[in-house]
Amino acid sequence: MLKTFSLGGIHPPENKLSARKGLKDLPLPKMVTIPVSQHIGAPAKILVKRGEEVKVGQLIAESAGFISANIYASVSGKVKKIDQVVDASGYRKESIVISVEGDEWLDTIDRSDILNKTIELSPQEIIDKVAEAGIVGLGGATFPAHVKLMVPPGKKAEVLIVNGVECEPYLTSDHQLMLERGEQVIVGVQIVLKALGIDKAIIGIENNKEDAIKHLRMITKNHPNIKICPLKVQYPQGGEKQLIKATIDKEVPSGALPIEVGAVVQNVATIFAIYEAVQKNKPLISRIVTVTGKSFSNPSNWRCRIGIPISHLIEQAGGLPEDTEKVISGGPMMGKALTNLDAPITKGTSGVLLIRSLEARRKEMQNCIRCCKCVRVCPMGLEPYLLMQLTERNYHDRLEKEDVMDCIECGSCSYTCPSYRPLLDYIRIGKKDVGQIMRSRKK
Amino acid sequence: MNQFVISPSPHIHSGDSVQKNMYRVLFALIPAFLVSALFFGWDTWIVTAIAVLGCVITEYVIQVYLMKVPTTIMDGSALLTGVLLAFNLPGNLAWWIILLGAIFAIAVGKMSFGGLGSNVFNPALVGRVFLLISFPAQMTSWPRPKMFNWTDVDAGTGATPLELVKQASKEGNVDQFTDSVGMIFNMISGDVGGSLGEVSALALIVGGAYLIWKKVITWHIPVAILGTVIVFTSILYFYDPTRYVDPFFHVFSGGLMLGTIFMATDYATSPMTYKGMIIYGVGIGVITVLIRVFGSYPEGVSFAILIMNAVTPLINVYMKPQRFAQPLKTV
Ligand code: SF4
Ligand code: SF4
Repeated sequence: MLKTFSLGGIHPPENKLSARKGLKDLPLPKMVTIPVSQHIGAPAKILVKRGEEVKVGQLIAESAGFISANIYASVSGKVKKIDQVVDASGYRKESIVISVEGDEWLDTIDRSDILNKTIELSPQEIIDKVAEAGIVGLGGATFPAHVKLMVPPGKKAEVLIVNGVECEPYLTSDHQLMLERGEQVIVGVQIVLKALGIDKAIIGIENNKEDAIKHLRMITKNHPNIKICPLKVQYPQGGEKQLIKATIDKEVPSGALPIEVGAVVQNVATIFAIYEAVQKNKPLISRIVTVTGKSFSNPSNWRCRIGIPISHLIEQAGGLPEDTEKVISGGPMMGKALTNLDAPITKGTSGVLLIRSLEARRKEMQNCIRCCKCVRVCPMGLEPYLLMQLTERNYHDRLEKEDVMDCIECGSCSYTCPSYRPLLDYIRIGKKDVGQIMRSRKK
Repeated sequence: MNQFVISPSPHIHSGDSVQKNMYRVLFALIPAFLVSALFFGWDTWIVTAIAVLGCVITEYVIQVYLMKVPTTIMDGSALLTGVLLAFNLPGNLAWWIILLGAIFAIAVGKMSFGGLGSNVFNPALVGRVFLLISFPAQMTSWPRPKMFNWTDVDAGTGATPLELVKQASKEGNVDQFTDSVGMIFNMISGDVGGSLGEVSALALIVGGAYLIWKKVITWHIPVAILGTVIVFTSILYFYDPTRYVDPFFHVFSGGLMLGTIFMATDYATSPMTYKGMIIYGVGIGVITVLIRVFGSYPEGVSFAILIMNAVTPLINVYMKPQRFAQPLKTV
């Protein structure tokens, strides 16, 4: 029996159209737009001025606090302007626009592909390096990665869990990374283990990526402390709490962090970025992005510099199909619908999904028939139909008692509801209201 | 310039729908319908047709002319209520009584609460109990099955197995049924007196298995009901086999199978969590046996389900699903 999490879960069609499509470098556009807020936490402080020349790998905006991240130039050229630009989230964000000239790198960066296995830095130096390189959770959460490497006093890390699940339908960027950069990922795992001062790592991979499982197993043959853990395909297994439950069978209590059960979770792409930062002195200036869709001519995986407009990626990869009616940044379950195709690829962009007109619109909602299917699929054991009802009526006390804050916004409930009820839309509103009330109570 | 659709996630849907679920239940009723038609001939077709038409037209009229809302008759739920009502009626019932039952089922049992999903009681059972109370004589004269003998209009009427047992229990000689293997066989295959849909336990079980396979229903409610009935009647049977009939008889007789698989599992009127479903099922099992054995009616499934329907909102308040982990104790 393959491992998986025990409560709820769904199995949407996988549609991994771009699986096993080799990584290619995306050609540079004429202009890139780099927002200073690509992470959870304070926006970075801009260090460059209009007209300034920058090189690839140069620091252009500086972390503005503990929970914040450095931003580096991903191209060489001239700072054209500093402006408010609508990004993938639909909000205007302060951004640095650079017009591309050539491709000149800082010479401190090791651009070779040679695998470097010897870890020279000390644990503290590794953490500093990760912070300096501006690395954030690349699975989509974009939480600064160095914060997770610093175990709070009184807690003890026991195991590093690497998230290679990629449970979102369509997306294949992590899969391809594990296939093509497996060695680097494993060195990255060792780096993180060293930083945490622990010895045990588990890499969770869903069973639909058998080649990646085999590949990593081969590489880790001589590393008995790194275990590859195949998991039964089930959404939302990539959720932190679900992954911990699936791999080490522990439940992170409501409102607590994974460290409570001794676990530190990092995404494989983040681990790869840590490898590059520590071993190659390369800050986070690019990432792997899947571009895909049912009527898209060339579903594929690309190495993209941060700041490249999504429209450029679509064009280079095959062009926008006629019948596209919705464009999503991320996967179909948790991704965001884009208002504007010129929004830049940021640190958190794992994929771009083009949805056909057939599937772009929601059906009209009907009455709740109380079939309880939403309750059955909720991975947190909540009652989505009830949370929606309570939100509609503004019963905030009841909402809090019904644990609305535990919702991980996975969307399994809305996906399943036979009456097409927009359960998660309402639950988000309920969460926001209850969150505000809870914060004001603390003050 | 913005030609794209914007909406919050998730951006895909399972493709499940109310219609799909309703039509799957209807599909699961086909075997029972065919067996019924085999035994009761045209009566099955006629009673079902009248009940279905009554339900669908009532829903249409109420929605379009009274509530002035778009009609939902295409979702299959009124159709299903009609079929289930018909399955709970004797085959020789007068057409106007059937029609009354159908109108009552939809108008009072469903629409007065606000339509599908808002009703507290199973509409088909509301219709049936209304008829049982209003027309007790007509509702309890069961035509004998007339297998392969469709043209024989005058087959006469007979008692149901449960009625026979009720009578015999008063006389203290119930054990005559326990030894009659033939009767059990007839009950499983359907060759017994009773309402249209109660006849063949086997056909109903086939339908139930299909529904569980297709994830339209889960096993919790049927297993809880049948388990409770078996345990409860076993205790009684071993206590005094001359007064109480054996559990096997109870499980396969009367409307238990129909009620268990198709009526108690009705979405709107059953609990929302597994724990709740088990309690609800146990409740139905206990009440059914109590009515059958100690009550004045020979059959109690309908009442048991309606009573537990009424308890369902309360069960929903107290029976929460198992949450993912408990919250940290705040220090
Ligand atoms: S979105 Fe929230 S309520 Fe809905 S299934 Fe996921 S965790 Fe449960
Ligand atoms: S899945 Fe939809 S129809 Fe079913 S109980 Fe939940 S909200 Fe109601």
